[in-house]
Amino acid sequence: MTSTEVRAYAHPEVLVSTDWVAQNLKTSGIRLVESNEDVLLYSSGHIPGAVQVDWTADLNDPLRRDYIGKGAFEALLSRIGVTPETTVVFYGDKSNWWACYAFWVFQLFGHTKAKIMDGGRLKWEKEGRPMTREIPAYPSTQYTARDRKDAPIRAFRNDVLAHVAAGRPLVDVRSPEEYSGQRLHMPNYPNEGALRGGHIPGARSVPWSRAADPENGTFKSAEELWKIYRQEQGLQPTDDVVAYCRIGERSSHTWFVLTYLLGFQHVRNYDGSWTEWGNLVDVPIER
Amino acid sequence: MFDVVADREERVMLLLDYAERFRPVPSSIATPPYPEDRKVPYCESDAYVWMTQNPGGTITPHFAVENPSGVSAKALAAILMEGLQGATPEEAASVSEDIVERIFRQNISMGKGMGLTAMVQRMAAEAKAMSGKATAHG
Repeated sequence: MTSTEVRAYAHPEVLVSTDWVAQNLKTSGIRLVESNEDVLLYSSGHIPGAVQVDWTADLNDPLRRDYIGKGAFEALLSRIGVTPETTVVFYGDKSNWWACYAFWVFQLFGHTKAKIMDGGRLKWEKEGRPMTREIPAYPSTQYTARDRKDAPIRAFRNDVLAHVAAGRPLVDVRSPEEYSGQRLHMPNYPNEGALRGGHIPGARSVPWSRAADPENGTFKSAEELWKIYRQEQGLQPTDDVVAYCRIGERSSHTWFVLTYLLGFQHVRNYDGSWTEWGNLVDVPIER
Repeated sequence: MFDVVADREERVMLLLDYAERFRPVPSSIATPPYPEDRKVPYCESDAYVWMTQNPGGTITPHFAVENPSGVSAKALAAILMEGLQGATPEEAASVSEDIVERIFRQNISMGKGMGLTAMVQRMAAEAKAMSGKATAHG
């Protein structure tokens, strides 16, 4: 496995290796944050010193379908002992899928001192590194956040409508069956909460997991990623791209890949995604 | 039982305990790689479901969870297997997916509960099919 440094990413500094994390477990100014799809996983064992930030419990507004505001973000960061100077290192299960989502939410508030541990939980565990059930307690810190700024990296439905009308590219990172609308027609199963199946017109199907190696959860090399997104899909780093899935969870992984690993300059995550678009009255759909 | 465990930490420990007690489908029924038609859709933990009928007409559900990080899926599988010991196909078919919310409480949302819900639904569908056959032949 080649180190992150030699995989020719646009922003290699945003990734850290499991070696680096192991060497910096006790380094001050660093906070490990675990964010998973499975809600029991952190409690079953985590990297020593890591705190849990759960997308549902910690990053979402409890009433409206939106993310937390500035006050709640400040309270969260204070609770996990983070200051604006702390480097937050995210990691999690499923090739860092939800870790990328938490990373993305932190970027809404401009906490740029953020990294992802390449390989996530899977790589750490496969390497036989220490895990603990001990929950760390950090002294509360003072954290003053800026107001949340969505526009650069978050697309809302009206943005997507305009994007589609202008013929700009979208990346649908769901499975091919979800993209085609075929999956919606499975009786007796939850239908993703959408009344209609298919995809947003102009979206290309690039399942999120193609960007990662399932054996160890790491991101593929820049060369492999370029083959997928540029050669195969014809995307350019200067393109205005919107990525989406069901609720923005998988598309934040793709947002991260395009933005930090391939250096795309304008990628937005449409977190309304198919649970919104597939239920929205009078919007165009393709199958 | 889970309705009375209000303390979050206690609930999590109980669920982890169930996850550790999970035993996958016996090799007499299936061995990996498991067939796609046994796979639970939407489940990120790669879960599979079978159902066997015992002498006397009761059922036994069996599960496999291929994702090593599928702790919640294993916990749910163990709970269903224990809870449905001695159940008839009709009783198993009537298990509602609400059970996922009741077991995992506020930890589960639209974002993360679909796979677990689908496990329950698949199990119930297998039971319903079994009870349908019993009715047809009975």
